Amino acid sequence: MRDFFSTVIGKTVRALARLRGGGSAFPGLVVERLDPGYMGRVLSTLPLGVVAVSGTNGKTTTTKMIVEMLEAQGLRVFTNRTGSNYSRGVIAAIIEEATVSGKLAADVAVLELDEAHAMYFIDRVKPRFTLLLNVLRDQLDRYGEIDTTARYLQRIADATSEVLVVNREDRLVAEIGRQTRVRAGEHGSPQVREFGLTEDLLDTFPGDDDFHGGVHRGAGEESPQADADVTLVKLGKNRATFRIDGADYETPLLLEGLYNTYNAAAALATVRAVQAARTDGVAGDSGVEPLLRALAEVRPAFGRGEKLELDGMPLELVLVKNPAGFRLGLASFDATGVGVMIAINDQYADGRDMSWLWDVDFATLADGGVSVVSGTRAWDMALRLEHDDVRVGQVEEDLSRAIEAFRHATPGVPRRIYCSYTAMLGLRKRLSELTEVEEI
Amino acid sequence: MEHRPELTIVSLYPRDMNIYGDRGNVLALSRRARAHGFEPVVVDVNVGDALPEQVDIVIGGGGQDSGQVRVSRDLVGRAAEFRALAEAGTPMLLICGMYQLFGHRFLTASDTMLEGIGVLDVETRAGAERMIGNVIVDSDEFGEIIGYENHSGHTVLGPGSVPLGRVKQGAGNNPDEGFEGARTHNAIGSYLHGSLLPKNPAISDFLIRTAAERRYGSFNSEVAVDETTLRARESAKRRPR
Repeated sequence: MRDFFSTVIGKTVRALARLRGGGSAFPGLVVERLDPGYMGRVLSTLPLGVVAVSGTNGKTTTTKMIVEMLEAQGLRVFTNRTGSNYSRGVIAAIIEEATVSGKLAADVAVLELDEAHAMYFIDRVKPRFTLLLNVLRDQLDRYGEIDTTARYLQRIADATSEVLVVNREDRLVAEIGRQTRVRAGEHGSPQVREFGLTEDLLDTFPGDDDFHGGVHRGAGEESPQADADVTLVKLGKNRATFRIDGADYETPLLLEGLYNTYNAAAALATVRAVQAARTDGVAGDSGVEPLLRALAEVRPAFGRGEKLELDGMPLELVLVKNPAGFRLGLASFDATGVGVMIAINDQYADGRDMSWLWDVDFATLADGGVSVVSGTRAWDMALRLEHDDVRVGQVEEDLSRAIEAFRHATPGVPRRIYCSYTAMLGLRKRLSELTEVEEI
Repeated sequence: MEHRPELTIVSLYPRDMNIYGDRGNVLALSRRARAHGFEPVVVDVNVGDALPEQVDIVIGGGGQDSGQVRVSRDLVGRAAEFRALAEAGTPMLLICGMYQLFGHRFLTASDTMLEGIGVLDVETRAGAERMIGNVIVDSDEFGEIIGYENHSGHTVLGPGSVPLGRVKQGAGNNPDEGFEGARTHNAIGSYLHGSLLPKNPAISDFLIRTAAERRYGSFNSEVAVDETTLRARESAKRRPR
């Protein structure tokens, strides 16, 4: 009965908020206040439970991959699609999709969890499966330090009941896997699975630790390398080869970039864990090929290498929010024959500290230059580029004027904009007046 | 090609203490040294590495706590070397974690005492609250210093150090006194990154001038500050804390 009331109240608030043009998480806030146990109760009724996805980089696109692969397996999947990855965003999504009796018509929930806000979430809901992607330097002024973030992820791992999937090549996340394996001991739960890279691909993936010549796989450690459930063995342009159970599978991908492709290995390992837990008899059909067919169709989430069209030419938005992400963004896309713009804001969601720009090497942009630099900290970005001898065409803090300048400076060529989070939101809003932009 | 006199810049512990854009300081200092007509030679000194024979400028940065323990052990072994360099007038810039360890000691949040090397007459104790945000400091010697702080250390100066400046916006050394940084001889400690030197060429110029005078006997170069730097300073000053 309580579920009924909370759901109806939430739906009513949502309808009212929509009329006023209010935020998507507001009904979640109301229900969270009135009925703190709501989220836990509704999610606990799902037959396959909750899959949590956390880490500093790539959560949104990886969550999307997992959802689409599970859906292709015939499962009904509940997810927080709007990118509102905090509890009230999750509750708002439940309210939107639940029947009035507070039941979700779903077999499994796949939820993207922000590292810090995940603590509140796991106090209410224990994930059955957890995927930990990475701990890269992300918004340090929000969370303090990298070690703190690692401790948050450890607590999510501790709350996981069945399978923990970890990145073998990320020092801090791999360590969480080791700790969890030790703690699970004889009764063996949660089970720990890894996803990883072959030796020759390791160099392609800059982490934070190795920026000054450190090493990936904790050098000097005696413990043998854990066998990965899914290993990325080869990368091509919109193609990748994954090694699973000793066999190599090559697949085309719509996703681009090193990062997305490695996260596809993470998504595959997670979906395989969920498949193995199915007791509805469909689990027998859990071959790798159907998963790869679904994976091949996944498009990147908004701002994660999203492709729009402007003046008849492709326009790519690449979200950059920390040094490793920016470095991978630069390494993932060919810098030649493309008009480049960079937009850096320093709102709360971007992180106010500009220090991180100094940990990215921009030398690859030196040949082509950067046509326009924009955002509230455009001049910091321009100063950074100056230090790598990258030519800057124009500095224009205002995003609207920057887009106009960018169109003017780069007629007839494909364009790419590297942007921080709120700069991306602002750009999408302005671009939606010029071209088709998917609503988020 | 004309022969440019060299300046050797020792970059301290870049492997462990590189967390808040400290690389930006090395880049900006090198670029500025080149503009003044010098050839900068950057030598990375990590845990266990020997110091080069010639040390003209020392520069070091911040790290997370786990890196700091490793580094403090190594640093204490070199205490005499660094104290001698500082007493001889070697210019140094020590940011955040290195600022704390170039002081007498640092009492961490877990109540561990990290021994420092006492180049600066300062002492640091971890506080409950993190001091985070944009900072503007007024300094007699360097004018307006613009940076960003993110630390929980409360640093207190003894009589052997003077503050770098007075805080106009932000916390600085601790939440109570309104001062930022410390200076003993030509060694400067500060909590500011952002990175510090790219937006504060006056401090780069001080390090370069002092190093050049010590090594070559004189320094009489003037290099204007470019528009990009001035605009970056202006926009940083307009941003909220």
